[in-house]
Amino acid sequence: MSSVAMAEQLAGKGAGKAASRRRHRMEGGFRRPGWVTYSLLALIVIVSVLPLYYAFLLAASTAADIAQNPIPSLIPQGHFFDNVQRVLNAGIGFWQALVNSIIVSVLTAVSVIFFSTLAGYSFAKLRFRGRNGLLAFVIGTMAVPTQLGVIPLFIVMAKLDWIGNLQAVIVPGLVTAFGVFWMTQYLSEALPFELIEAARVDGCSMIRTFWHVALPASRPAAAMLGLFTFVGSWTNFFWPFIALGSTNPTLPVALQLLQASYFKDLSLIMAGVVLATVPLLLLFVFAGRQLVSGIMAGAVKG
Amino acid sequence: MTWRQRLSRWDVRSAPYLYIAPFFVLFAVVGLFPLLYTGFVALNRWSLVTGNQGFIGMGNFNYVISQPRFWDGVVNTFSIFLLSSVPQMVIAVFIASVLDANLRAKTFWRMGVLVPYVVAPVAVALVFGQLFADQSGVINAVLGNLGLDGIGWHADRFSSHVAIATMVNFRWTGYNALIFLAAMQAIPRDVIEAAVVDGANRWRTFVHVTVPLLRPTIIFVVITSTIGGLQIFDEPRMFDTFGLGGPDREWMTVTMYLYELGWAGQRNLGRASAVAWLLFLIIVLFAMINFAITRRIASSDARPKRKGR
Repeated sequence: MSSVAMAEQLAGKGAGKAASRRRHRMEGGFRRPGWVTYSLLALIVIVSVLPLYYAFLLAASTAADIAQNPIPSLIPQGHFFDNVQRVLNAGIGFWQALVNSIIVSVLTAVSVIFFSTLAGYSFAKLRFRGRNGLLAFVIGTMAVPTQLGVIPLFIVMAKLDWIGNLQAVIVPGLVTAFGVFWMTQYLSEALPFELIEAARVDGCSMIRTFWHVALPASRPAAAMLGLFTFVGSWTNFFWPFIALGSTNPTLPVALQLLQASYFKDLSLIMAGVVLATVPLLLLFVFAGRQLVSGIMAGAVKG
Repeated sequence: MTWRQRLSRWDVRSAPYLYIAPFFVLFAVVGLFPLLYTGFVALNRWSLVTGNQGFIGMGNFNYVISQPRFWDGVVNTFSIFLLSSVPQMVIAVFIASVLDANLRAKTFWRMGVLVPYVVAPVAVALVFGQLFADQSGVINAVLGNLGLDGIGWHADRFSSHVAIATMVNFRWTGYNALIFLAAMQAIPRDVIEAAVVDGANRWRTFVHVTVPLLRPTIIFVVITSTIGGLQIFDEPRMFDTFGLGGPDREWMTVTMYLYELGWAGQRNLGRASAVAWLLFLIIVLFAMINFAITRRIASSDARPKRKGR
């Protein structure tokens, strides 16, 4: 128990007030955490990271070794790059899968940012008939399990001859209800009407006003939205698995293929897991902060 | 001049609709239409290879409902969902309460709990599939070292559900903890202080003040995780190499059954569509029940009146 809470317990109101005054100086801080809190946190973070390290340990060993010692030693062995090499030569197009994942994730992220900002700007700042109803509709669609429409989607994509092509995965993800809602929320607070009016008075057309005023103003929220979309596309499996198949996979589909063809070779599979995960971990190192604040901002508003 | 004015007026009038149009067009084409058309496909004999072969009414639904496998899938899905969502909420609220302190290196700890979120479910499933391996897995090896029998994670129905739920929990607990953390920080500090001044200890304050005030957030998280959780596919699909949900379909979920009917086994899109529609109904029903229950549980405590969003 912290000393502040203790003072309140023992000495009652007066001490409580003094403590609260002290607390206000601590910049929104609430109680002073002790070593118990930090050890707990350390434990939680270790649990979050350990499975990934385990994957790396297996990826750095050999299949025979894994079979002999189920509990790997915490020091990695030296076979990691051999195994990576073998994944790349495994005949399931791992390079292609990596490139495909990058293409799909980048294109959907950029497109979701653009169209969501466009719609969010309209909902937040422009006046038109039916606005509230349409916005409510957008929010309502977030609760619709559209994944259950895969069968007709597949039939349509097959008619278009898109099965096995990246468009089949990119096009359905070009704009999302979440993105529209997110940008509406942000722009209605962050973009003052005065700026828009000033641009209009200066003779900007509607789209120029959007481009030169709204788009720059939406940058922080747009960056977060882009990150979430990127992570979502990168980790998505069900639809790419159906729509792309084994000929032109994204990374998660490639991992499935790897498992199906080399199920006895665990070090190989785990090397694939590491390869498929490292790009997002790198992104996380640089942009994890934005992901954290994005989740927390979304929670308060949602 | 008048022409320009007219153009400008048209611009002002149409722009708002043009800007929101992409979402509505896309949703209509890849969201709403497929969902409704699923109902049409479900009423026809429809093969993956040869396409529509004619109207058969409720035939596909009757077939699916008469299959014990479908009901196995329903039971498995709910079992995995409960095993993942209930502990996840409790642990996430706990982690949030640990993070809700005047910490040094705040961002580091928050990022730390979020790491699993950037790992694809397929990758998580491959790693945990090995952790939970019956023969060469870490967990059974540790149990063995403790002198206990290994558990048949891939043989026993309930055990396999625990393993799969663990994967889901691994990926989402930290994410939800951050949502709860944000909600906790939105609670005015004087409400908590009032409880402390009234002589409540930390645990009582937490249970009687903090948790009830988290109610809107808990409802939000439960509803969203219901919609996603009942469609679970990635983790159970990757739990073993064959991807059918086990020798006796111990961990086959409804979505896996949908896939099996449509693409893997019978290649019967009509029957798969019937499964999709039934799952849709189940989700809607369950989300409503869930909403009612969460509201009741979360409001049963006496709580200070404050309206959250």
